[in-house]
Amino acid sequence: MINAVGREIPEEVLAATGKKVFEGAYAYDNYEYKKAAPTVRAMVDPNRSKMVSSIREALEKCGIRDGMVLSFHHHFREGDYVVNMVMEEVHNMGIKDITICASSLGKANDAIVPYIEDGTIVGIQSSGVRGKIGEAISTGKLRDLAIMRSHGGRVRAIETGEVHIDIAFIGAPTCDEYGNCRPNGGKSDCGVLSYAMADAKYADKVVAVTDCLVPFPNVPASISMSDVDYVCVVDEIGNPAKIATGAAKPTTDVRKLMMADYCTQFVIHTPYFKEGFSYQTGVGGASIASTISLGKIMEERGIHMGFGVGGITTPMCDLLERGLIRTIVDTQDFDLGAIESIKKNPNHIEISASEYANPMNKGAYVNRLDFVILAALEVDVNFNCNVVVGSDGMITGAQGGHPDTAAGAKCTIVIAPLLQGRIPAICTNVTTVTTPGETVDVVITDYGIAINPRRQDLIECMKGVNLPFCTIEELRDKAYSIVGEPSPVQFDDRVVGVIESRDGTVLDVVRKIKEFTFDD
Amino acid sequence: MEIKRAAMAGTLESSDAQVTVEPGTDGIELSIESSVINQYGKQIRKVILETLDRLEVSNGKVKVVDKGALDCTLKARVECAVYRSNDMTENLPWGGVIR
Repeated sequence: MINAVGREIPEEVLAATGKKVFEGAYAYDNYEYKKAAPTVRAMVDPNRSKMVSSIREALEKCGIRDGMVLSFHHHFREGDYVVNMVMEEVHNMGIKDITICASSLGKANDAIVPYIEDGTIVGIQSSGVRGKIGEAISTGKLRDLAIMRSHGGRVRAIETGEVHIDIAFIGAPTCDEYGNCRPNGGKSDCGVLSYAMADAKYADKVVAVTDCLVPFPNVPASISMSDVDYVCVVDEIGNPAKIATGAAKPTTDVRKLMMADYCTQFVIHTPYFKEGFSYQTGVGGASIASTISLGKIMEERGIHMGFGVGGITTPMCDLLERGLIRTIVDTQDFDLGAIESIKKNPNHIEISASEYANPMNKGAYVNRLDFVILAALEVDVNFNCNVVVGSDGMITGAQGGHPDTAAGAKCTIVIAPLLQGRIPAICTNVTTVTTPGETVDVVITDYGIAINPRRQDLIECMKGVNLPFCTIEELRDKAYSIVGEPSPVQFDDRVVGVIESRDGTVLDVVRKIKEFTFDD
Repeated sequence: MEIKRAAMAGTLESSDAQVTVEPGTDGIELSIESSVINQYGKQIRKVILETLDRLEVSNGKVKVVDKGALDCTLKARVECAVYRSNDMTENLPWGGVIR
């Protein structure tokens, strides 16, 4: 069946998943549903302890068995030890058919690939995967369909009961013996625990894993004792050097600086750039450079940001320190500066992933965004973006908050260099649609800027603005004139993954990769 | 032209290609490795074969290790390797055989 972004979704995928095809980014507005609920075991006896001596004991006490769904959060990013530690124990216990429901998985989790190969892990649900897990899925090693969900979509799936978590593991930089978890004050600080909050509320069993046990009560707690079954102290929950690195040096790449400058010029010529505006940006070099250059103009004109959202990096925190932002609402910290900021600045606030981006709660922050500045691997002439599958067909990235913020923001800007080596970023058809084009307003490249024709209002207000505007087709043609028109990637027929829209419908599928042949 | 001895041109830097040619007797034996093979494999092969054809090379082993080079780079590397295999390093036929 062809969906609203023109992708053919095989009937067998719809039958196997019980999902419907994508009907449009706002098709589920006003959708009514009853939330799922966990099965809770009461703690009445004040003498009973929640402490367990090992991950194994935690798994045993939680009643681990074949076929369960285990969840994890990714605030430790490339320094995460928790996923590998738990899955190694699950494997050693001889448990099979586990589905991992993670907020994201990265190269730090390459070590679980053998458990995919031996059937310990048969399902993966994540906002995306990088590294060897992506290769394992793309080469057809995972038994079940991988499901890729945005950050908001993941909370939606948990709260509606589309996925039911049996045991949630929460890596906690500090925790007390009754399970109050905080993201800071330990040796593996990660700033916030936003993505773990839904897991704690909706999983049947919740295990806090910490390397820094602190006196009771550990408050204010991001994850409350009232949701935690067991507490396990281990040597290390992560590698602090990889959880948060120093602030990325501002880019000196002239191409990125030029795109950042285009972006800032575009932003300030929209009607949304006014006192109290709201803004989110990613961590790419051009995005960060545009935050810095926007800051200068805000200061010159005395315009303040009402709130900033993210995915927070040091440049945003600098604007907060300089009094140019009223509030930062934070779901993830990308560097040490951001972690320090949330520790000390009362206007830098931790929010849940649901508050951030869940399309099916009663209103998320993304809906209040004026601007979001995003990147993409590929953008097609219908403005559809791909941030998950590489141009070679391999799963290599994550949706993250891309589809959520794009759908929410009044002005969604995607910055992409026209060419990455020989690979054109602007193309006729993206390899995989991961953010629908109807939610993408502007594409900024080093060769020109294209506004989505759906946004005649933006086209109108840019008249007379000295920026290199053109059509998206012109950008594609320019790219193809330099590098040639790419052939479509050759895939196997087997579907290995589903790209879920925020609302749970199927936006696209990912097929098994096939070795290249010249077909003659 | 004939490939008289083994010769090489180009590098393994990003956006370049390394082309190696060796003498042969049984037509063109072409092998291609490329970082962009999935999207540009056929285009790369076409450009290499056209360039060899233009140089009137009809026998030899040709190995291309491509790192995302544009067509113009591929052509230049093939031409250079073939000329080097003929010990031609000066007075190259610019604007003639080389277009």
